[in-house]
Amino acid sequence: MTHPPYLHPDYASTVLRAPSRPPLQMKEDPEAAELTGPVFGRGEVDPLDADLTAGHAGEPLGERIIVTGRVLDASGWPIPDTLVELWQANAAGRYAHQRDQHPAPLDPNFTGAGRCLTDGEGRYRFVTIKPGAYPWRNHPNAWRPAHIHFSIFGTAFTQRLVTQMYFPGDPLFAFDPIFRSIPDPAARERLVATFDLDITEPEWALGYRWDVVLGRTPMEDA
Amino acid sequence: MTTPSQTVGPFFGFALPYAADWELVPEGHPGAVTITGRVFDGAGEPVPDALLELWTGEGGDRGALGRGGSGVSGFGRCGTAPDGSYRFRLAPPARPYAALLVFARGLLKPVWTRVYLADTPDPLLDSLDPVRRATLLAQAEGQGVYRFDVRLQGEQETVFLEF
Repeated sequence: MTHPPYLHPDYASTVLRAPSRPPLQMKEDPEAAELTGPVFGRGEVDPLDADLTAGHAGEPLGERIIVTGRVLDASGWPIPDTLVELWQANAAGRYAHQRDQHPAPLDPNFTGAGRCLTDGEGRYRFVTIKPGAYPWRNHPNAWRPAHIHFSIFGTAFTQRLVTQMYFPGDPLFAFDPIFRSIPDPAARERLVATFDLDITEPEWALGYRWDVVLGRTPMEDA
Repeated sequence: MTTPSQTVGPFFGFALPYAADWELVPEGHPGAVTITGRVFDGAGEPVPDALLELWTGEGGDRGALGRGGSGVSGFGRCGTAPDGSYRFRLAPPARPYAALLVFARGLLKPVWTRVYLADTPDPLLDSLDPVRRATLLAQAEGQGVYRFDVRLQGEQETVFLEF
C-alpha cells in the first residue's frame, strides 16, 4: 500500500480527523468531474516564484540547494505544464507562519513559498535553502525531519497530491510518525530526495533530485 | 510506483492561499451562487486549519490562479477560518454537483467528496441510504446561497469518495 491510512494514532491529530468509514468506491463514470482538473497558464506563474532565495533585500541564511525532478503519471509519462507548489521552514526550522511558535529565528530574507509549472518534459526546478528540523507537540521530544511540502495537480482531480519531500539519511526518520505512517518502508523511500552531483552547481549550491509519480486515474485502468 | 501522500500540516497558510482564490467568478457575476459551510472533526469541533479545493469540471475563461477580470473559472481554493468556515462563489456548475477536496493537519491524505446543489436522480446519490445521501446535499438558503458542512468523522460523517 502506497498511501498512509487515514487513522494513524501515533500521529495524534488523525484521531479526531480520520473518517471512520472507508471511502465509497466510485463506479466508473467517464463524465465524472474528477477525471479532469484545472489548467494553469504560463501567464499565471511568475518564473521568479521558483527561486525562494530571491525577492528579498538580501540572501537568506542557510545551505543553498537546487531541488529538481520530474512529475510523471503512473505509466511513467511526464506531465507537462502542471502546477507544482512548495513551502517550507527556514534554515533554523521556523515557518513564516503566525501560528508557528518554535523559538527559532525568522529570517527576514526568506519566506519559504514558491511555485512553478513543469516544462514540456514534466520537469520542475526550485532554488531554495535546506530547511531545518523543528520540534512539534505530538509526543514528548518530538521533532520533524527536515522536509519540503509539495502540492502537485496533475491532469485530473483524482491525481491531486500533497506530500512532503525529505533529505537522505535523516536520523529523525526512525522517530517521525508522519513519515512512518506510510506502511511500506519502500514507499517511504520514494519521499526521500537523492543527492546529485550533476545537479550540484560548483561554488554555488547542492543539488537534489526528486521525481513524483501521480496515481492512476480510473479511466486509465481499462 | 506512486508517490505517497503526506499531510498538508498546519503551516500552509502563507503559501497556498492566493488572492481571490475562493472567487471562481467575480463579485456581481450574473447568476453566481455561493457555497458556504463549516468543517467539523469527530468531536464536533470546528477545524480551523483545513484547506478546501472546489472543481466544477469545466475550465472556463478566468484564470485558476491569476484571477483578474471577468469570466468563469472551474477551480477555487479556500482555507477555513477560526470557526471552521469556508466559502466559494461560482457559476452554477454544468453537473448537479461540484467536486470538493479537503486537506488538513491530521489528514494524511485528502478526502474527496461532492457538493450536490440539487437532490436529483444520480448514480452516486441513488446508491446511498437517506441519511448518508443527505450528507452530500447542500441546503439552499435563498439568494443563491447554499450551505454544505463537512463532517470528517462520526455519526453524521460526510460520504467520502475513492476513484
